[in-house]
Amino acid sequence: MDTPSSSFRTDALIAKDIDAYLDAHQHKSLLRFITCGSVDDGKSTLIGRLLYDSKMIFEDQLAALESDSIKHGTQGAEIDFALLVDGLAAEREQGITIDVAYRFFTTEKRKFIVADTPGHEQYTRNMVTGASTADLAVILVDARKGVLQQTRRHSYLVHLLGIRHVVLAVNKMDLVGYDQGVFDRIVADYRAFATSIGIAGFTALPISGFKGDNITAASANTPWYEGPSLIHHLETVELDTAAAQGAPFRMPVQWVNRPNLDFRGFAGQIASGTIRPGDAVRIVPSGKTSTVKTISTFDGDLDEAVAGQSVTITLADEVDCSRGDLIAAAGDPPQASDQFCATFVWMDEAALKPGRGYWLKIGTQTVTATVQPPKYEIDVNSLEHLAARTLTLNAIGVAEFATDRPIAFEPYEANRQLGGFILIDKFTNATVAAGMIAFSLRRADNVHWQPVAITREDHAGMKNQTPRVLWFTGLSGSGKSTIANEVEKQLFLMNRHTFLLDGDNVRHGLNRDLGFTETDRIENIRRVGEVAKLMADAGLIVLTAFISPFRAEREMVRKMLPEGEFIEIFVDTPLEVVEARDVKGLYKKAREGKLKNFTGIDSPYEPPEYPEIRVNTVDMTAAEAARYIIDRILPLK
Amino acid sequence: MRNLTHLERLEAESIHIFREVVAEAENPVMLYSVGKDSSVMLHLARKAFHPAPVPFPMLHVASGWDFQDLLAHRDRTVREYGLKLIVAANEEAEAQGINPFDTGSALYSQAQLTDPLKRALTTHGFDAAFGGGRRDEEKARAKERIFSFRNAAHRWDPKNQRPELWNLYNAKKAKGESIRVFPISNWTELDIWQYIALEKIDIVPLYFSKPRPTVQRDGMLLVVDDDRFRLEPGEAPVMRSVRFRTLGCYPLTGATESDAIAMNDIIQEMLLATGSERQGRAIDKGQSASMEDKKQEGYF
Repeated sequence: MDTPSSSFRTDALIAKDIDAYLDAHQHKSLLRFITCGSVDDGKSTLIGRLLYDSKMIFEDQLAALESDSIKHGTQGAEIDFALLVDGLAAEREQGITIDVAYRFFTTEKRKFIVADTPGHEQYTRNMVTGASTADLAVILVDARKGVLQQTRRHSYLVHLLGIRHVVLAVNKMDLVGYDQGVFDRIVADYRAFATSIGIAGFTALPISGFKGDNITAASANTPWYEGPSLIHHLETVELDTAAAQGAPFRMPVQWVNRPNLDFRGFAGQIASGTIRPGDAVRIVPSGKTSTVKTISTFDGDLDEAVAGQSVTITLADEVDCSRGDLIAAAGDPPQASDQFCATFVWMDEAALKPGRGYWLKIGTQTVTATVQPPKYEIDVNSLEHLAARTLTLNAIGVAEFATDRPIAFEPYEANRQLGGFILIDKFTNATVAAGMIAFSLRRADNVHWQPVAITREDHAGMKNQTPRVLWFTGLSGSGKSTIANEVEKQLFLMNRHTFLLDGDNVRHGLNRDLGFTETDRIENIRRVGEVAKLMADAGLIVLTAFISPFRAEREMVRKMLPEGEFIEIFVDTPLEVVEARDVKGLYKKAREGKLKNFTGIDSPYEPPEYPEIRVNTVDMTAAEAARYIIDRILPLK
Repeated sequence: MRNLTHLERLEAESIHIFREVVAEAENPVMLYSVGKDSSVMLHLARKAFHPAPVPFPMLHVASGWDFQDLLAHRDRTVREYGLKLIVAANEEAEAQGINPFDTGSALYSQAQLTDPLKRALTTHGFDAAFGGGRRDEEKARAKERIFSFRNAAHRWDPKNQRPELWNLYNAKKAKGESIRVFPISNWTELDIWQYIALEKIDIVPLYFSKPRPTVQRDGMLLVVDDDRFRLEPGEAPVMRSVRFRTLGCYPLTGATESDAIAMNDIIQEMLLATGSERQGRAIDKGQSASMEDKKQEGYF
């Protein structure tokens, strides 16, 4: 145990001259770091030790810790520092940390925020989360075990997330007799690996979290080690402030502040660079330019603001700019593109569905994005590239992304704030992936829209009707095709120009290369949606009869069309009824296991939440249902 | 080059969080307990939206056993900054005779704090509520996200939290769900005090020491704040110089004897203290996972 004199706090100064102490502490900087190690590397013990030595533990917490140590501890009669940081009761019962926890301590020079993340293989997600905000990573290795597969995995993730400062802490030196040979071998092993994955440099320390060696001060047990103690290193490592402030100016606009007609400010947190009144700026992606009038804050206007500050900027000109836009240095704006390549980590139980639309949030922009099937998956243990059609929980891969409109970004390597994004499932709202943009695919620049002389309004006008897409959805055998046919017949009699796209028929031609996996079903609907859209552009009333089981895809088609043109018709005939009828004998086959991925049996159907029209074939005949629908869509002019 | 201090970085992060919520939520509200953390939150909110006024109301859950000084400070602050205030209280519980003297602490906090809070959130249809929770306060909080989702019954599911990366917050939610947002998650008690001193934020006088009528009970020093305080036989209030590190219902909040009358004295005492700030709260005692249990039920 360390003596109290080696703790980080100077109680004498606090007692003697609190004003001097506070003045010194108001000018401290902040370092965020992450600790990574496998289950038994002593990670929680190290953090507990840092908190204890910095006196972040109060007596009542210590008393609780002592009684907890006896109840749950793994260190016999000694205080189990790990219990300080193993928070949730559920975790305590399992004896492992299963989430990201944030801890705080302060020394004379810095305030620290520690992200404590588990080492378990299945929790890549948590480590990536903790690493995303860290400036530095402490990688723990058990001196008795050396560099393990997990050490390599953690180091790869740390490097992937762009952490530039790496500390290799060889822990439990007390258990190998403080042997320099052991330490040197581990450092050499690690150097070989680190270099191979592109980690430019690291600092290695021999420590014991349990005994306190080289944590706050040089340990007498390792006279052969001449480097800094862990705390000294953390206090003095240089932050990347100069680089961030020297980079071109970028600020994602969070919120437009318009309290009255005289003030229109753009509020945001500066992602990189420095800004002063009079600086020329460009709004991305619109490309409009202006100059900075004021940098307005609660504490008065500023002469200068730098990366990391939250400010409100007013511009000299009335330019269009809203949430999601980026204000950038006029002469050096970032790129804007709707296609890019990214490395991404899958974080959800449900696997990636290539081709499906997800929300993509980057900076303050939220757009719809689709992911191509991955180019490859990266095995985090061997770092080999594996062939992959999708990504599952905790898998890491590389793929091409397409967004529904251009977004402004920087490669992640250049700026974490502007190159990092999350994907959100549109149905569950879960955060399903974290991505890091590698580079833009400039393909979008080369395919321009062909302006047409005859517009969609002209086409519709010629037919004297309003285009519609009547989208019938429901279980197999629910009556979609029958009702759609009936609706088309009646519309035809009214001299309306219609066309019916039927699921079975389309699968014989346009979509004959597609099967019935989730991915293929999504592509099936995407193609049908595009065809229906072209037909609606031509002025037609399009009827489609597809099971279309997923909400996200129906929403995707809805979005392709002008507002109000997509009419979702839910043929709400219950499963018991359609299965009892079993017109095509398919339910029987599916129940016998002869037909895989059958909707309603072993593949889900997500009913519409707010369909424009709802019918069924239990309470009404097909003809009645058709009449009911037509009454609701007329006049169509 | 200009190095931002830790307080400047924390302030910028909190402001970013406030603005994200206002940009993405439909009907946000701030849980305003009038304590020091709430005072810092309010200050940060005013900074985030300046020169516009704070674009959401304050919700104060009043148990009916609040310190008089606290209510006075609340009303003064609301008036001075032109804020909209909503006061939530549980009149039924009061009528049923639920009070801090006879009712067990679990039932009392459920009836007087958790239930009226949940009811107010539901009644007004708030889909996002700012809270002053800090991760350094308690083990269960250390693992809670900055954007923390609640189902329609306002329950927290610690096993099913969304990962939070960089400064990207996913605020998408289904109908009926709401978000509790903790903009000062990464602040410590010392940061709060330093910031109050640096920014000269006005706080409730109860944090400063002065002679107050007190009684000693169950190891706690309680202030007799009004004549509803029920004295045990033989008990008589004694004037002592006391102050509070944390504020709750007055019959349940322990004071500490102190001579700290200036801000720096308070910080000095805090730094030299040997007990955590929650030590003065009767509600947190009991089994060690109790905060986690309460959070799952909807306690802030």
